[in-house]
Amino acid sequence: MKTITGAKMVVQALKDQGVEVVFGYPGGAVLPIYDEIFQQNDIRHILVRHEQGAIHMAEGYARSTGKVGVALVTSGPGATNAVTGLVDALMDSIPIVVLSGQVPTFMIGTDGFQEADTVGITRPCTKMNWLVKETEKLSETIHQAFHVARSGRPGPVLIDIPKDVQFATGSYTAPEKAKVSHYQPKVKGDTEAVTRLVEMMETAERPVFYTGGGVINSGKAASQLLREFVDATGFPITSTLMGLGAYPASGKSWLGMLGMHGLYEANLAMHDCDLMINIGARFDDRITGRVADFSPRSKKVHVDIDPSSINKVIRVDLPIIGDVGHVLEDALKIWKARGRKVNKEALAKWWAQIDAWRKVDCLAYQPSAATIKPQYALQRLEALTKGIDRYITTEVGQHQMWAAQFLHFDEPNRWMTSGGLGTMGYGLPASVGVQIAHPQALVINVAGEASWLMNMQEMGTAMQFRAPVKQFILNNERLGMVRQWQELLHGERYSHSWSESLPDFVKLAEAFGCKGLRVTDPKDLDDAILEMIRYDGPVIFDCLVEKHENCFPMIPSGKPHNEMLLSADAEAFRSGAVLV
Amino acid sequence: MSALNIKRGSSSHSAYDLRDSHAQAEESHTLAVIVENEPGVLARVIGLFSGRGYNIDSLTVAEVDHTGHRSRITIVTRGTPAVIDQIEAQLSRMVPVHAVHDLTAEGPSVQRELALLKVVGKGEARIEALRLCEIFRARVVDSTLESFVFEMTGTPDKIDAFAELLRPLGLKEIARTGVAALSRGA
Repeated sequence: MKTITGAKMVVQALKDQGVEVVFGYPGGAVLPIYDEIFQQNDIRHILVRHEQGAIHMAEGYARSTGKVGVALVTSGPGATNAVTGLVDALMDSIPIVVLSGQVPTFMIGTDGFQEADTVGITRPCTKMNWLVKETEKLSETIHQAFHVARSGRPGPVLIDIPKDVQFATGSYTAPEKAKVSHYQPKVKGDTEAVTRLVEMMETAERPVFYTGGGVINSGKAASQLLREFVDATGFPITSTLMGLGAYPASGKSWLGMLGMHGLYEANLAMHDCDLMINIGARFDDRITGRVADFSPRSKKVHVDIDPSSINKVIRVDLPIIGDVGHVLEDALKIWKARGRKVNKEALAKWWAQIDAWRKVDCLAYQPSAATIKPQYALQRLEALTKGIDRYITTEVGQHQMWAAQFLHFDEPNRWMTSGGLGTMGYGLPASVGVQIAHPQALVINVAGEASWLMNMQEMGTAMQFRAPVKQFILNNERLGMVRQWQELLHGERYSHSWSESLPDFVKLAEAFGCKGLRVTDPKDLDDAILEMIRYDGPVIFDCLVEKHENCFPMIPSGKPHNEMLLSADAEAFRSGAVLV
Repeated sequence: MSALNIKRGSSSHSAYDLRDSHAQAEESHTLAVIVENEPGVLARVIGLFSGRGYNIDSLTVAEVDHTGHRSRITIVTRGTPAVIDQIEAQLSRMVPVHAVHDLTAEGPSVQRELALLKVVGKGEARIEALRLCEIFRARVVDSTLESFVFEMTGTPDKIDAFAELLRPLGLKEIARTGVAALSRGA
C-alpha cells in the first residue's frame, strides 16, 4: 500500500472532509503541514494575526454556513492562544476542528521549546481532543474529529500532532473506510413524548415557544419547520440571543428576544405562560433570572439533543431528547394528524394580554438631536440595510444587547455573537470568517470600542484577504456594560470602566490601509452609513455615541422576570409602567 | 439614581447568586462507567467531577477488556438526586464513554474493596491483632517479629470497622483500592 507523510495526510483528510478554508498561523511545530499547504490549491489558507483570531474566524465561518470551521495553529503559545476561542465554541455549541502542532513525540515531557500540554490544557475546553502519536492513526483521527464536531450537540475538537508524526509516513484511510464511531447521539425524539407535547399544545391557554441556538444548529430545515409550526398554531414565540433568525423578526408571532435585556412582552409571556415549549435552548441564567421564581405556573417541555441539558437548571415536566429538526417534524405531523387543534378562545385572550404588554414600548429611549444615541444608530443601520441579505457579528457588551434588540433577523445563520462565554474581541475576527465564507455579502461587526480593540490586529487579515468587513463601532469611550452595572449596582463608583487615550480610529483605518469614517452628529449618520455600505473594502466606522446611555429593559441578575426594569428611574418605574 | 433600591456603598449584590439551596438530602451512589481505554480518559472523567463541583468518595479504574479496549471506572459519589442525574448525563455524553450504570439505582449490587493494613507491635497487642484478623476473615500477607500486613476484602464499612479496631493495636499504614462493584443477578 502506498504511504504518505503525516503532513500530506492532514491536507488530504481536510480535502476529503470538504474543507475549503483553513484559518491559521504557522510556527515551528506545524511547518511540515504548511509545506504541504504551499504545494496545493484546493484548500485556501487565511493567515491571521493572532491565533485567537483564527478560532473566532473559524467560528464565524461555521455559524454563517452550517459547515465545520477549521483552524491550524502551532504548538505552545499557538495552542494556548486558541484556548479562549475553543471555550467560546464549546459554550455556544459551534462545530470547529482545530489542528495544533506539538513538539516531536520523543521530546514530549522535556519542557521543549514551545512545548505545552495542549491536550491537558484543552481537555475541558473541547468536546473531545486527541494527541496523535502514530502517523498510521492520523487520518482516521481527523475523520473521527469531524464526525464528533458536527454530530449531536456540535462543539470544538482539537487534534494535537507532534512534528515527527507529520514527517513520518503511513497509509492514508479515506473517510468512507474509517472505523465507524460508537459516538452516535440519538436524533429522533421518543414518539410518545412528542405526542404528549402535542396534547399539551392542543389545550394550552397561554403557550409560548422559547427557542434557542439548537434550532440554528439543527440546520435550515429545522428553522423552516419551526416557522410552519408557529404560524399554523398561532402561538407566540420568543428566542434566546443564540436563536435569533430561526423564526423571522418580521413574523406575526414574534415577541422579540427574551432574557436579561430581552423585551418586556417576551419576558412576561415567559413568566405568565401555562405551557413553555423550549426548543434547543438551555435555561441559561441570563434567561431564567431567579430560578425559584422562573415561570411559576407553567408546564415546561424541553427539546434538546444533549441529555445533560435536561433538568440541569430548571426541572421540566416533559423532556424530549433528540434533534430539534426531527422532533419538530414529528410533532408537526402528529399535530396535523390529530386535527390541528388549538384552544382558539384562550389564545385570543393571551394575545390580547401580550398586545397590552407590547404597548409598554419597552425599547423606547429619550431621543436626542445633539448626540447620537446608540439605539438610534442601530435603528438607522437597520433601516438602511433593510432588504439587503446582511450578516451581523458583534462584540460583547451594551452594543451587543442593543443590536439584538434593534436589528431584525429574518433568516438563520445571519447573526454571530458570543453568547455563552461572552468573549470581548469575538466580533471582528468572526466578521472576517463570515466574509471569507460569503465574499459578496454585506458583513457588519457591531462593536464597542473597548471590545474591538481586543482583536483589532485582525484588520490586517481583512486587508490582506480583501474581506470588506464593516466595523460599526459604537464608541462611548467607556466599558459600557461594566459602567452600567457600576451605576446601578455599585453605588456609581466607576472603577476602571473608561478608556483614556483611545486611538484615532480614522487614522487607524488609514494605517491599515482601509477606510475610516467618524460621525458625531445625528444629522450625518445616514450618509455615513450609506458611505460605509457602498465602500468596496473594509471600513472602520467610529460612531461617537452618548457616553452614559444604559441598556434597558433589564432584569437585574438574580431577579425574576416580572421584576424587570424599564428605566433606571426606579420611582417613575414603580408609579408609571407597572409590572404585574 | 439607584434603580435597585440598594443602599449607596453596598456591594453585597452577587451577580451569580441564582441557585436555590437544594432542599433534598444527599445520597451516595456507585456508578460503573465503561470507557474506551485510551490516554487521558481518566483525566477527562476526573476533570468533569472537579470542574463541575461533584464529589468523588472513591474511584477505581482498570482495563476489563483488552481486545475491546474497554476500561471500567467505578465511582462512589454523593449528591442530591438531581445532582446524581446530572452526573450520569454529563458522563454519558462524553465521547469516549460507552455506558454509565448507576448501580445504586438499578437494583442490588455487590460492592467490594481490598485493603492492606500494617500493624506494628509486640506482645498482647500483636496477638489481639491476629485474633481480629481471623474474626474479620483477613489474611496475613507479610509478617515480621514486630509487624503484620493484613489483606482484607469487604465492603468499605467492614474495612472501616477493622481499621478502627486495629488503630489502638498499632495500625501504622493502610492502603485501600476503592470500591469495585457489580450488579447482582444475571
